[in-house]
Amino acid sequence: MSILHAKNIHAYFGTNHIVKGISLETEPHQVTAIIGPSGCGKSTFIRCLNRLHEETPGARAEGSVIIDGENIYGERVDPVSIRRKVGMVFQKPNPFPGMSIFDNVIIGLRLTGEKNKEVLASVAEESLKDAALWDEVKDKLKTPGTSLSGGQQQRLCIARALAVEPKILLMDEPTSALDPIATSKIEDLLSKLKKKVGIIIVTHNMQQAARISDTTAFALMGELIESGPTSSIFTAPRMQQTEKYITGRFG
Amino acid sequence: MVKGPVAHRKKEVHRGDWLFAQFIQAGAMLLIALLLALAWFLIKGGWPAIERYGARFLFSSNWNPVLEVFGAAPVIYGTLVSSAIAIMIAAPLSVSVALFLHAVAPPKIRAVFSFFVDMLAAIPSVVYGLWGIFVLAPWLRSDVEPWLSEHFGFLPFFQGPFYGVGMLAAGLILAIMIIPSIFAMCSEVFRSLPVTYKEAALALGATRWEMMQIAFLRAGKRGIIGGIILGLGRALGETMAVTMLIGNRDEISVSLFSPGQTMASVIANEYAEAGSSIHVAALIEVGLVLFCMTILVNALARIIIRSDDAI
Ligand SMILES: Nc1ncnc2c1ncn2[C@@H]1O[C@H](COP(=O)(O)OP(=O)(O)O)[C@@H](O)[C@H]1O
Ligand SMILES: [Mg+2]
Repeated sequence: MSILHAKNIHAYFGTNHIVKGISLETEPHQVTAIIGPSGCGKSTFIRCLNRLHEETPGARAEGSVIIDGENIYGERVDPVSIRRKVGMVFQKPNPFPGMSIFDNVIIGLRLTGEKNKEVLASVAEESLKDAALWDEVKDKLKTPGTSLSGGQQQRLCIARALAVEPKILLMDEPTSALDPIATSKIEDLLSKLKKKVGIIIVTHNMQQAARISDTTAFALMGELIESGPTSSIFTAPRMQQTEKYITGRFG
Repeated sequence: MVKGPVAHRKKEVHRGDWLFAQFIQAGAMLLIALLLALAWFLIKGGWPAIERYGARFLFSSNWNPVLEVFGAAPVIYGTLVSSAIAIMIAAPLSVSVALFLHAVAPPKIRAVFSFFVDMLAAIPSVVYGLWGIFVLAPWLRSDVEPWLSEHFGFLPFFQGPFYGVGMLAAGLILAIMIIPSIFAMCSEVFRSLPVTYKEAALALGATRWEMMQIAFLRAGKRGIIGGIILGLGRALGETMAVTMLIGNRDEISVSLFSPGQTMASVIANEYAEAGSSIHVAALIEVGLVLFCMTILVNALARIIIRSDDAI
């Protein structure tokens, strides 16, 4: 059974129709990569998957996204409860300023009302271990999250997202602001993480998609051109536009 | 350090740049000199009083020009209390309005509102004073003070006869006057926070209010506190409106209904009629205390604003 099933998503900024009917299904324990040229609506699309898109003034979205058997665009659904099941990691690392490493990790759990110190401490440790950051920060959990390096900050943001045990983790070009070493650390991390949580990652780096994903979806100008197992998308794409894009003769 | 090219380029600094740098430097020196000259004047002018009264000047509460007895405690007290009232009212109000405008309100409402608050800042102090005397004080005397006394009369702050003018009136007018400063500072802080913090908070399942706490209040904590302290600095030294509204009595009274006196208002009130030279010196020493206090408060605000991300 799929863990996330987006059906016919349309997204608008004001009257600009940006995402034009994208459907996507993701399997558990898999990394799904969304590739496509800059400006084709990748970010906009994954921001529809946790109802973040609608937070931009003038923006709205249509369609349905089934997570855990529930349509997050259903009539009486509270976006807040949806977002607890869907983690998100952004393009630029964004640990909260004015907050320690520890507080950054457990802030999501605090929001659910968890106050037990031992629970918070053990979740913080586990999440930081899952994000491969524990060894680097275990002696300085009280220092500001913003004092870490860019790559560490991004792993802190991954830990922060994992701490609330989401069903699925959305990542929007999480390594585009990082150097190659920090990037490969995060890529290695993803192959371990997918055992715990489904991952959808947007990237405009095709090599990255080829390295880390099980399924790849190719988007162009707000439409999904094709999706399928990563190996076949990269070796035997069905559509001509896909082939053009992955062979570099496009955008 | 890359030495070659940089050293090379240094030689080619344009003449205009050099002149401009000299000009800026001279300006900076002049400002520092001005500050020092001001401090020197205050110390020199106040010296007879400093010499004659010593530390008693700060702690004695008897201010009597006729007997040449000068204790500044009542005016220091009046300054601190009226500013405290102002901060307690203005800070929560300005911070929450700025927060609401930047975190949730549509941009249009934000612009209109900010415009009107900026206008508040442009109104001269004496106009606030006039409004205070003819509108605020009578209203305090006839409605607010009786109400406070009836419901909170068990507190010593709200006891005694209703005058209208007094510590409460001065605190309120100060609150109105410093709202624009604190609001502007908070707006600046909130505007400069990247939207990504807001989105990160929402993506973690924060409600709107939780998002405001995490992505605005906590993230902007230093700037907000700095802005409040800057507002305090303004309240401490504000003169005209306070002089018109505080009632001008050099006594310490716990009741906020009573008239009082601030450092700024005692100088404004008595300087013109100061008969003896020791009276003048005492007033200048009050000025020196006020000068030190506002410099300290402003320095503190700037240190907080610029300090590293504190937890
Ligand atoms: N906040 C916004 N307001 C208006 N238009 C936007 C906004 N964000 C993105 N867009 C437009 O939506 C289109 C898709 O953007 P985006 O989803 O960020 O693309 P991608 O992530 O694939 O590079 C772009 O043409 C962009 O100009
Ligand atoms: Mg993008």
